[in-house]
Amino acid sequence: MMKGSHQQRPLLNPSPRTPGKEELPYTPVNASIDASIPVSSKLYSQSQIEMSVDFVRSPSSSSYSIKEVSFREGNDVIVNPVIRYDSSGSNPVRHGSRGASSGGFGSSYKEIKDDDARLVYVNDPLRTNEKRFRFAGNSIRTSKYSFLTFLPRNLFEQFHRIAYIYFLVIAILNQLPQLAVFGRGASILPLALVLFVTAVKDAYEDFRRHRSDRIENNRVASVLVNGEFGDKKWKDICVGEVVKISGNQTLPCDMVLLSTSDATGVSYVQTTNLDGESNLKTRYAKQETQAKASLWGEIGGMLIKCEKPNRNIYGFQANMEIDGKSISLGPSNIILRGCELKNTDWVIGVVVYAGKETKAMLNNAGAPSKRSRLEKHMNKEIIILSLFLVALCTVVSISHGVWLRQHRKELYLMQFYRKYDYSEPEVEKYEYYGWGMEIFFVFLMSVIVFQVMIPISLYISVELVRIGQAYFMIRDDRMFDKSTNSRFQCRALNINEDLGQIKYVFSDKTGTLTENKMEFQCASIGGVDYDNGKAIDTETGYSAQVDGMVLRPKMMVKIDQDLLHLSKMKHTDEGKHLCDFLVALAACNTIVPLTVETSDPAVKLIEYQGESPDEQALVYAAASYGFMLVERSSGHIVIDIQGERQRFNVLGLHEFDSDRKRMSVIIGCPDQTVKVFVKGADTTMFQVIDKSLNLNMVKATESHLHAYSSKGLRTLVIGMREMSTSEFEQWQSSYDSASTALMGRANLLRKVASNVENNLRLLGASGIEDKLQQGVPEAIESLRTAGIKVWVLTGDKQETAISIGYSSKLLTSQMTQIVINNKSDSCRKSLDDALQLYKKLSDVSNSNDSGNGAGTNQLALIIDGTSLVYILETELEEKLFELSSKCTAVLCCRVAPLQKAGIVALIKNRTDDMTLAIGDGANDVSMIQKADVGIGISGQEGRQAVMASDFSMGQFRFLVPLLLIHGHWNYQRISYMILYNFYRNVVLVFVLFWYALFTGFTLTTAITDWSSVLYTVIYTSLPTIVVGVLDKDLGRSTLLKYPQLYGAGQRGESYNGNLFWFTILDTLWQSIAVFFIPLIAYWDSTVGISALGDLWILAVVILVNVHLAMDVIRWYTITHIAVWGSILATFICVMVIDALPFLPGYWAFFMIAKTKLFWVCLLGIVVSGLVPRFVVKVFVQHFKPDDIQIARVAEKFGYLQGDAETEMNPIFDLPQRTATT
Amino acid sequence: MSSEDGPSKKVSRKPRYSRFTQQELPACKPILTPALVIGILMCLGIIFIPIGLLALSASENVVEVVDRYDDVCIPSTDQKVGFIKDPATNKTCIRTFTIPKKMRKPVYVYYQLDNFYQNHRRYVKSRSDRQLWNPKAESSTTPCDPEGQTGDGKPIVPCGLIAWSLFNDTYMLSKNDAALQINKKDIAWRSDRTHKFGSNIYPKNFQNGTLIGGGKLDESIPLSQQEDLMVWMRTSALPTFRKLYGRIETDLEANEKITVTIQNNYNTYSFNGKKKLVISTATWIGGKNDFIGKMYMAVGGTSIVLGVIFSLLYVFKPRPLGDPSYLSWNKSPTLD
Repeated sequence: MMKGSHQQRPLLNPSPRTPGKEELPYTPVNASIDASIPVSSKLYSQSQIEMSVDFVRSPSSSSYSIKEVSFREGNDVIVNPVIRYDSSGSNPVRHGSRGASSGGFGSSYKEIKDDDARLVYVNDPLRTNEKRFRFAGNSIRTSKYSFLTFLPRNLFEQFHRIAYIYFLVIAILNQLPQLAVFGRGASILPLALVLFVTAVKDAYEDFRRHRSDRIENNRVASVLVNGEFGDKKWKDICVGEVVKISGNQTLPCDMVLLSTSDATGVSYVQTTNLDGESNLKTRYAKQETQAKASLWGEIGGMLIKCEKPNRNIYGFQANMEIDGKSISLGPSNIILRGCELKNTDWVIGVVVYAGKETKAMLNNAGAPSKRSRLEKHMNKEIIILSLFLVALCTVVSISHGVWLRQHRKELYLMQFYRKYDYSEPEVEKYEYYGWGMEIFFVFLMSVIVFQVMIPISLYISVELVRIGQAYFMIRDDRMFDKSTNSRFQCRALNINEDLGQIKYVFSDKTGTLTENKMEFQCASIGGVDYDNGKAIDTETGYSAQVDGMVLRPKMMVKIDQDLLHLSKMKHTDEGKHLCDFLVALAACNTIVPLTVETSDPAVKLIEYQGESPDEQALVYAAASYGFMLVERSSGHIVIDIQGERQRFNVLGLHEFDSDRKRMSVIIGCPDQTVKVFVKGADTTMFQVIDKSLNLNMVKATESHLHAYSSKGLRTLVIGMREMSTSEFEQWQSSYDSASTALMGRANLLRKVASNVENNLRLLGASGIEDKLQQGVPEAIESLRTAGIKVWVLTGDKQETAISIGYSSKLLTSQMTQIVINNKSDSCRKSLDDALQLYKKLSDVSNSNDSGNGAGTNQLALIIDGTSLVYILETELEEKLFELSSKCTAVLCCRVAPLQKAGIVALIKNRTDDMTLAIGDGANDVSMIQKADVGIGISGQEGRQAVMASDFSMGQFRFLVPLLLIHGHWNYQRISYMILYNFYRNVVLVFVLFWYALFTGFTLTTAITDWSSVLYTVIYTSLPTIVVGVLDKDLGRSTLLKYPQLYGAGQRGESYNGNLFWFTILDTLWQSIAVFFIPLIAYWDSTVGISALGDLWILAVVILVNVHLAMDVIRWYTITHIAVWGSILATFICVMVIDALPFLPGYWAFFMIAKTKLFWVCLLGIVVSGLVPRFVVKVFVQHFKPDDIQIARVAEKFGYLQGDAETEMNPIFDLPQRTATT
Repeated sequence: MSSEDGPSKKVSRKPRYSRFTQQELPACKPILTPALVIGILMCLGIIFIPIGLLALSASENVVEVVDRYDDVCIPSTDQKVGFIKDPATNKTCIRTFTIPKKMRKPVYVYYQLDNFYQNHRRYVKSRSDRQLWNPKAESSTTPCDPEGQTGDGKPIVPCGLIAWSLFNDTYMLSKNDAALQINKKDIAWRSDRTHKFGSNIYPKNFQNGTLIGGGKLDESIPLSQQEDLMVWMRTSALPTFRKLYGRIETDLEANEKITVTIQNNYNTYSFNGKKKLVISTATWIGGKNDFIGKMYMAVGGTSIVLGVIFSLLYVFKPRPLGDPSYLSWNKSPTLD
């Protein structure tokens, strides 16, 4: 529950944009969640005070809460800045990082009022579930529908989409008798089809959920009934019951631990299902309840008063009344549904939350939804198209009015237009409503006829294409990470194409650029630097003998021989000092040692499980030097010190928090002394170290620290002091009262901690290497060549950051570094100076060598968090943006999680450029959500980043294939598809429109209504989807070889206003060719309306399909099938429609297809329609070929080295695949 | 760390390799090379110009005589509508014309109506296709209003404005005072005769109302033999249209004088429509219409011209294909 120095964990609060499936009850408990985030700005705190007051404004104890919240105001160590990037401030929690509240004592405690609490009578489910409390049972239901509710509910949900509403309105309009342009069936078909397909899909998904629910609900757990444990199905478990769980079982519900198989009440759980972290977490049963383990049959009358269900999986607060005593429970006393019990034989717990109220179920949030830039763009064009639609309809209806006016005297008897009905004895008007209404009706009818102008089907096709693209991205074996066994994941389905337009990449460092697998490298102990570590193999490494068994640490670190030698000389001062240092490494943590069997029965490996990789590294280091942590229980640890097992009592532990930036343990040593061991970040540690003790050593250590961080190592400073008995007693009483305090516990504990963490004796410092991930430098270089600006945001020190910058090739030696790390006012000067410098440099390079100036005037900006705070708060923000947009690389160090989002906002608010944020930890959540595209690395630091992200993957280097290949393809495909869909619908609409001009503006359609409905559904839909999913403009190897090709997407070359208008022009010409060629050819002929309609629809379908065929770049078999098959399908459909005797057009196609004129017309239409496009295309390709075109030709003719199918890039570590060509 | 070593329980989630999922399917990648472009353009020219020539010559070979008679077959200019609506007047009208060129059989006789919106929405919809072939659906006249039922509620067969406005001018042709037989058999589509119009459906209550729209039907002849009705019911696509009246099964020689006795019954005067009698031969291109020929010539010619232009361009301003050095960043080193 304690974290390493650089890790902070926010609450697992789903973001506002990931609303859960069901609206969650917003319980007052959230107030305390908010309160546990000291990093939030003061801006927030104001609003939160109000919130909290609101929540607790109930008669009993409102004063508590107000006080309770106010401590954050008084907390003077808050260093985190105010960043106002989210003006709405609607949900501050989402950006919060977890601060002081790591695990155990995090939530500030307040009295839980009866109104807000849930009362659980242990082993008395009847009383617990009295009527007035409606606690959920443990049966879960993730399915949405039941058999009866399916239809209404599914329809209701489907009609949330605007497209379906449009369909519906059109269909309803068409049902009015005056407006019935299409037959009933034809007008409802598209809507019905879409609804049906979606409903079937939903039903299938729901069926699967039903099935898994059933399986889940029918699992069996051991429940205490009438004093005996008996099997009970999960679904029958209810709140208040006592459940026994054996090792490796999954927990059926959220339970408060009462006792465990371990005498001290410790148990271990794995929370993989909950948050994806595979390491073990320790949970404790309270001593008070642990003692009564054997008596469970008889005991009752215990009452747990806990907060209402909420989705915060890292927080829990409750009080337990036992034997008239009140003890408080925290997150470490609860085990949650979905976790697995490990390394513990059994636990007994009482159910507090069941079923849908468990934290796991409350956290079942859906995928985030964003809108891609292309789609926003597309919506603009759709508005233009709807204006077209209105214009066309207006033209038709006004012309109709004019026509009626001109013929007003003739309309009574006219053979083809009867204004009066003479069939009755009384002559009356027949379907004539006066010409105002006639015009209006014609307008509505033309909307119905021209409805495909708004390409509703496009939304559905785009969705299908995105699913296809997601499938390919997920299935790409180059983006599979072997080490974490994780595939690429698409959590957001609708921003695939944004990946092709990224201009800025914001990257976290730890865990993203680096592996976050810490390796102990060197140490400075007592002012002496030991960094001559040599790797030794496991056989010769340190091992301990325990009960005839050989215990050996699972991981070895590099051993410095001097240090090893020295560690054995305990009698010397240096030796003692070193001994303290190593004991500190082994003891000052929350690591749990686990023994693992090996193939050799006499040898066991000892594996250290813990939440902080830094701590793991330190413990492994200590073990390698013979200080092996072998056992941990709640009250003590056992360290095997060079073969001698020594028991240390852990008397107290102050967890890491981001304000103190250190942690400490109070250890009762075997020699009866009490010592405080503290480790933490250098900045805060040197504040509490008594420098007067050994100034030289402090100086030396500081210089070593500096050296370490320039090497890119993460540093921790370790200190200790002994406590006198009186001091200890004083501490103990204040610690006890603080840790049992009912309110403000975190704050009290922090005060206790800072009281004891002072006047420390410096022991030394450690340097831990966080290794760069594989392929990171190459990936960064590729991205940079692609014109993507990579910004690295890290919490590390400037020196560390810069050295990582160099090793990851973010910074190069040619770059001019601009470092801004001064506070307040001088920032302005630094910025101005930097801008001056830039001007000077660019002037120089312009005058000197405009030819090969690349690289000479590259700037790198290095800025630290403190300056950022200042800059982002003032008008200097603009200057920073100006400067940073000119820099090739930007490195922000010492930034807090919230600032990361602020930096993303800095760019996002000022440019149209697409931003991407990539990170792995909880501290990256804010920026992942802020950026246009958020990518989570599913790495060591849990799942929060992944949960908040749009895409997730295993390694940073996958960014290259993701952006340069998939992003590029996605963008090209979707862009083309959108334009093509506009084109193909508008062509049909224009053809219909031209015909309306020849029918007295009455919107008769020559094309049968079935054909015009099937046009978007069958005749032309499949090819665009197939091409949208499969077509590739360039091969993988070309795209990787020339990352610059990515620029096409950044510049929006495949979809922009010009292209849109060009397409519309082309459309206009093609529709003219389609319509007027038959019109003139069949003028003065006997041709019937249906026959000519068949010619028109066939001409349009062939034309648009051949148009597509002209643009297809790669012809797969499936493309051929789709394109030519669609034309064939159209012929078949037209034949079928014309073979129905009850339609007026019976046999028309067969009659007209017998004539040669028909086929000559078809050929003439297709060729004359496409010649202009073809010629323009050829001339553009000849005179102004774009990069993609050149690369394509080069690829085809093999000017580019390597085969498209077998290319390899250094950033892929996959084995070479044999050529298949 | 070391979770990898040993056969871990977890199954690798590595995507199974297939050329499809890795998007490496074999594909044909056509490129518009100059040769291909020139080839395509030239081919288009070579195909289109001959077709155009053929179409032109076919159109040339069609002999067509068009005679507008609506304006001359009417006595006074003011009372046109009154005249045509009066059933008592004699509407016979005699027209003569000369055959300009030899017309080989079969010679088609058409009537042509101008400014008659047979494609008007209200008109097109005003029919009941079910009634035409299904005796049980006799009364399904809903779409036919206002010509669905008689005043006393009996269904009209065939109902609707289309049938009601049946064209009823008749033509009697004679050549050198000898009657020229017009064959009115098989002028409708076979599909209409056999399927669409029932052989057991007889006209009923047709043109019995106060308002007479056009021709009457012999109630003793089933619809499947009323070929004029079938032709008329094939509504035309455009406001100007021809419909087949009959065929002359003999050759007509050049300069022969043809006399036509027209019964000018049909009222086009109320909406300023024109009526024409057309006698024409037919070829594969249809009637006399040289648009297709001209269009094909134009498209073919343009293609050849473009092909030539492109060849010249290629000769005088060649561009190496797919040379990576032409990529934009290779040309100008300053990328951003």
